[in-house]
Amino acid sequence: MNPLALFLTVFVACAVEAVEALTIVLAAGLTRDWRSTFQGMAAALAVLGVTVAVLGPALTLVPLTGLRLVVGALLAVFGLQWLRKAILRASGYKDLHDEGAIYARQVAAAQAATSGGRRGVRDWYAFTLSFKGVLLEGLEVVFIALTFGANQQNVGLAAAGAAAAVVLVAAVGIAVRAPLSRVPENTMKFAVGVMLTSFGVFWGAEGAGVSWPGHDAALLAMVPATALVALGYTALLRRVRAAARAAVPAAERSAA
Amino acid sequence: MSRWLRSFGAFWYDFVIGDDWRGAAVVAVALALTALLVHAASVNAWWLLPIAVIGALGWSLRRATPGQP
Repeated sequence: MNPLALFLTVFVACAVEAVEALTIVLAAGLTRDWRSTFQGMAAALAVLGVTVAVLGPALTLVPLTGLRLVVGALLAVFGLQWLRKAILRASGYKDLHDEGAIYARQVAAAQAATSGGRRGVRDWYAFTLSFKGVLLEGLEVVFIALTFGANQQNVGLAAAGAAAAVVLVAAVGIAVRAPLSRVPENTMKFAVGVMLTSFGVFWGAEGAGVSWPGHDAALLAMVPATALVALGYTALLRRVRAAARAAVPAAERSAA
Repeated sequence: MSRWLRSFGAFWYDFVIGDDWRGAAVVAVALALTALLVHAASVNAWWLLPIAVIGALGWSLRRATPGQP
């Protein structure tokens, strides 16, 4: 994997998570209290920073074969989750991820929640909403950046990709002060699912002792092959769904 | 304390495994078989994990869409 591919993969994956975190932070800040929201965000970023500081150097000490086996397995499982959701969304079996609708739900919940401070925080609801949102989405960012970075023995570049994505999304969010619902999140998740699954399979099998035909060049075949399989499943599910929907009125007509 | 541990475990289960544990199980079994074939039978089974993952994805999708229009 060349450095540009590492940077771009981590950047796109982390941008998706940052967009989701931004929606939650905006809902908390705009409807409740910005100061408490920033405190929650800062606390979550501190936890994530400690996680990276502890796990980053620790991962570099693990032998590469063992690291690839464990991380490859985790990435393959994680990638399958992303791909499964992306395919179900693309084929219409699951609602598309709609940042606008999620934002509206968060705002309604934030407006209905009682106010009150605790432990030096003016608005505890805004604090916890922001803390949980940033921490949960941030953990995925940390996981992707650390696993890709450690496997390529370039945690610094992976961290730079993650940081660039977070900074870019935050800057756009501050500029527009609205959830980034125009970002093609589902397409990005599909692409990231393909990358996570492909690299997970590649590293996992290598960790199990396999020697890939063509070595690293095997990835050039594996990534498009995974994308084609995922697109094939999507097309198949779309056809099944369309056929099932067409059959319902026909059955109703024959019953009448 | 036990409630906190349960929540902690549930969070990590959901984070890593997600909605369908079968995908994780297939990946784990396929990796174990790959290692067995490579180290015990000297078979370079690079093809096993990709096939297993494609099958697991199809199986998981099939289970998620049982006759829904």
